[in-house]
Amino acid sequence: MLAKKKSKGENKAILNFSASVLAIIAGLLFGLLILLFSNPSQAFPGFLMILQGSFTDGAFGIGQMFYVATPIIMTGLSVGFAFKTGLFNIGASGQFTMGAFVAVYIGVKWTWLPDQIHWVVAILGAAIAGALWGFVPGILKAIANVNEVISSIMMNYIGMYLVNILIVKHVYDQVKNQSKPVAPTANLPKAGLDQFLGPNMTIGIFIAILFVVIIYILIDKTVFGYELKACGYNPFASKYAGINSKRNIVLSMVIAGALSGIGGALLYLAGSGKYIQVLDVIAPEGFKGIFVALLGLSNPIGVLFAGLFIAHITVGGYNLQLYSFVPEVIDIIISAIVYFGAFALLFKAIIRKLMTNSKKEGEQI
Amino acid sequence: MENVIEMNHITKIFGNFKANDDITLQVRKGEIHALLGENGAGKSTLMSVLFGLYQPEKGEIKINGKPVKINNPNDANNLGIGMVHQHFKLVHNFTVLESIVLGRETTKNGLLKMDAAREKILELSERYKFKIDPDAYISDITVGMQQRVEILKMLYCDNDILIFDEPTAVLTPQEIDELLKVMKQLVSEGKSIIFISHKLNEIKAVADRCSVLRKGKYIGTVDVATTSKEEMSEMMVGRKVNLSVDKKAMNPGEPVLEVQDLCIKSKHTHKHIVKNVSLQVRAGEIVSIAGIDGNGQSELVYGITGLMPLDGGSVKLKGKDVTNETIRNKCLDGLAHIPEDRQKYGLVLDYTLKENLVLQSYFTPKFQKKGFLKFGDISQYAKYLIEKFDIRCGQGEDSIVRGMSGGNQQKAIIARELDRDPNLIIAVQPVRGLDVGAIEYVHKQLVEQRDQGKGVLLVSFELDEVMTLSDRILVMYEGEIVADVRPEEVTVQELGLYMAGTKRGVISAS
Repeated sequence: MLAKKKSKGENKAILNFSASVLAIIAGLLFGLLILLFSNPSQAFPGFLMILQGSFTDGAFGIGQMFYVATPIIMTGLSVGFAFKTGLFNIGASGQFTMGAFVAVYIGVKWTWLPDQIHWVVAILGAAIAGALWGFVPGILKAIANVNEVISSIMMNYIGMYLVNILIVKHVYDQVKNQSKPVAPTANLPKAGLDQFLGPNMTIGIFIAILFVVIIYILIDKTVFGYELKACGYNPFASKYAGINSKRNIVLSMVIAGALSGIGGALLYLAGSGKYIQVLDVIAPEGFKGIFVALLGLSNPIGVLFAGLFIAHITVGGYNLQLYSFVPEVIDIIISAIVYFGAFALLFKAIIRKLMTNSKKEGEQI
Repeated sequence: MENVIEMNHITKIFGNFKANDDITLQVRKGEIHALLGENGAGKSTLMSVLFGLYQPEKGEIKINGKPVKINNPNDANNLGIGMVHQHFKLVHNFTVLESIVLGRETTKNGLLKMDAAREKILELSERYKFKIDPDAYISDITVGMQQRVEILKMLYCDNDILIFDEPTAVLTPQEIDELLKVMKQLVSEGKSIIFISHKLNEIKAVADRCSVLRKGKYIGTVDVATTSKEEMSEMMVGRKVNLSVDKKAMNPGEPVLEVQDLCIKSKHTHKHIVKNVSLQVRAGEIVSIAGIDGNGQSELVYGITGLMPLDGGSVKLKGKDVTNETIRNKCLDGLAHIPEDRQKYGLVLDYTLKENLVLQSYFTPKFQKKGFLKFGDISQYAKYLIEKFDIRCGQGEDSIVRGMSGGNQQKAIIARELDRDPNLIIAVQPVRGLDVGAIEYVHKQLVEQRDQGKGVLLVSFELDEVMTLSDRILVMYEGEIVADVRPEEVTVQELGLYMAGTKRGVISAS
């Protein structure tokens, strides 16, 4: 009985996992088509480059992968967490930007803080700013039933323009039209990792993994997670069970916002020479978070691996330039993967059929 | 006599499940042929095959002796097969006339020409005494009238083979009588009818022959005139059933539920759907609310339990005013609710069985410690409930509820609600969609709760259920309580008059 139970659960996990893998394969093949279309002679070496991704550059490549993965794991976690509770947090970009700004602001201005906690305070500030940007759509939804998709898209624009104004006002580097560099004490500690994993390697990835674990526990092990998921799966039954769904909507958006905000801090405090540009562009990390969440099936652990994978091929994409391709091909591939991910149900049906067929054959033999 | 329909050796498989296993159905011309079986016996699947909605894996269909292939409902229509679905397929903001011609509109130069259609419909309505107004909107006419529209739709298409899928479920006893008369008139004109039902009285009253299905298998066809109801129900269930409920004499105590002048407004129209309802349920008593679906019963229950806001009035549980309490607090005050729509309100379908079984108690110290769920204790409790209430499920307490059968889903809700030791149980249509065995079980549980001194408020659209279980019957019509009677003092016919709003009783305060 117990063995049977386990095998069923495993089956389901295998099913979900293999559906995602199939989506990835289909997306990659689509990318190969595009490479073939734009430059047939270089297509296959270029494609190999994508597959090799971060491994091309050895240990430094892996460090780069962690650096790229860190913010999108956080935004992916944000979107995935909200999605588990029945909310579509399309506002991860705005929350991310707000978090990034506050982290940079604290990093530049609050140099009076003790060195050891400067970066911690910057991250906390980012979390609060992101939380605030999640709180607004949350409270609007709870009180007036405003669709969170619309309000959080608005919050993306408000966040972007507001941050542009605030940077120019407070932490502006006029020459380069971007934010000023933060004080060295505000940068994330590197803990010696940069020695062998490259200059962009910090403890950021471990902070992201820590949040993956926290969110996993929160969703699966706590009363709070039980209520949140119940609201997400069936708001009517949650109401029937006396769960305060309004409070949960607000809290869930606040937590999602904080996660995205921390993502912003982790990227701009990595000491990689990246600054917030004063441009009228919505932060792409937020939308990548949606990809990551979809590919990771909103499961925290899935989000971790999806984020690493997307970072892996993104790093590969930089190397594509060696074969005179533009790195944007990677964005097309990622989009194609997500697009095929939408066929997950179809893939699952195919896999299930294959599994039952092979079982039948096994029985016949 | 010739067969208009022959369905021979039909097998229909869904995944690993044989919904129809070698079923044979032969309907003669000019007869009413009843199709009897419990929910899930395969009646609907068989009819869907006949109607072209599913393709059978095996078997053949002959219409008027000729083998045919029915690929879609249009093919069925062209062969003269029409169906009145259990849930009407009508467009609410269309008029009766528009609804009937929908799909076969007559046009001239691209513009609608309704005159001929109107004439034909009026003529048909006259012939069967339907008294239908072709210009009334569907949303404004009664359910009985809507059903007549569906019937007219079939007749308008000149269908000769008519399928009625559980047509009496939504009707009052009087309307049922009229429907049965119409069915008899239709066959006397040479049409053939397949009458799907699980109500033996109606089959006895109107059908010529009856085919019985059980668990996807064909059990047999009998002559209705020479077969007793008991024999038919035994064929349907596969064993002897005892549908009467043993009840001890009532021993009512203090009131557990007092509702005073309750008013509820509709979300959409802002009209009152519950008007000044007052009622009382005492400990050790089963009070039923009878009435036709849509007369405010559901809203009344939502109002009492807190799922819908009140527009006035008060609710007391065991003497304590809980009118403005939260749903959680009402639940803690001993209110149990077996909801009408078990999948919408009663369960989180994507949760496991154990998670659903603690849906009302996960927050108590028994199942959580410092905000963390105690999965071990939850599993143990779930196992205990599964054992005690005989919930059957593939993977024990870890089964996903979505994959469980309707009857077991209902058992899970009942287990959860009754094991909390409530003072008052509000059960709405608790046996809808359950098979006979499960119905027996649920009824037994409700009576047991009553005998233990709990109050039960039962909302039901099935008069048989109301008559056998209740100690007191309230009838609701258009949002008001129009009768307060005892089952011993009233006949089903009388209840029907109350339900149709043609009779009003004296309502005592309690």
